[in-house]
Amino acid sequence: MKPKIAVLMFPGSNCDLDTLHVLKNVMEVETNLVWHNHFKEKDYDGVILPGGFAFGDYLRAGIIAAHSPAIDEAKVMLYDGRPVIGICNGFQILTEAQFLPGALLQNDSLKFVCKWVNLVVENNNTAFSNKMNKGQVIDIPIAHGEGRFFTDNIKELEENNQIVFRYADEEGNATQNSNPNGSLGNIAGVCNLDQNCIGLMPHPERASEAILSPKNTIDGRLFFESMIEYIMRRVH
Amino acid sequence: MDQSEFIIEVSLENKPAARDPVAETIKRDLIAKKGYNMVSNVRSGQYLRINIMAENENKAKEIVTKMCNDLRIFNPVTQNLTVLNVKKI
Repeated sequence: MKPKIAVLMFPGSNCDLDTLHVLKNVMEVETNLVWHNHFKEKDYDGVILPGGFAFGDYLRAGIIAAHSPAIDEAKVMLYDGRPVIGICNGFQILTEAQFLPGALLQNDSLKFVCKWVNLVVENNNTAFSNKMNKGQVIDIPIAHGEGRFFTDNIKELEENNQIVFRYADEEGNATQNSNPNGSLGNIAGVCNLDQNCIGLMPHPERASEAILSPKNTIDGRLFFESMIEYIMRRVH
Repeated sequence: MDQSEFIIEVSLENKPAARDPVAETIKRDLIAKKGYNMVSNVRSGQYLRINIMAENENKAKEIVTKMCNDLRIFNPVTQNLTVLNVKKI
């Protein structure tokens, strides 16, 4: 069995082609770019909601897209354990659709932040982190204006092991200086209770080829390798 | 029953626990710097003015509140919704 993955395209998505490129040409996985109104879950083993500005981020980032029929389709995948991944704007959509806890607010600096950061892996059992080690430091870029993670129940997230990635320094310490946007607890990515739905603000698709990285790293591949591994494990 | 047109004004504001950097900047870099030291707090938000046909004022308010909840026009994780005013036109 070979996995087949869908990358959704909303009006205003702009990381869809990058994600498609990495999955098809770097990971060599069968991947389709699918217009959100045309998405049918039965055709796919996993789905990625890419970055961008779906529906212009009007009202709040992700809220209009969260009402797309694609979200009803993705909900079927969510419940039967297939991976549902949201990157950046995709993460915002998944929180607004209530697939994931919390919300993403405007950065505390009020500025769009675009730079390479370090993440520390907190949970390496999920569909988007199982090829990593707990405590591993990941080199990856961020690019967002609304990435400040907020929840009114952080204790519950910690107890349920739903915090997957935190912003950290090069040694993996989640310090205040390494927090680029004011996220509560330096949180950069979370998962649902079943760990098949993950959302994160950083962009693994921009960190999967050495030529794109200032340090020649390819840590982004670990995310997609994890997704493929998760799909293969589910099937066998 | 006869329907009338109402205007409903609604505000969406971050919950007190969620920092509001827009309001913090307005207060710190504008209000305080220009000498309005009597201002102790500012919160920012969004404002919607909705025209709606309904049987009466209460019904209009009820529909708008339900609509805002059902469609998540405000995000209950981070925001509070307040109906500021209902006016028959």
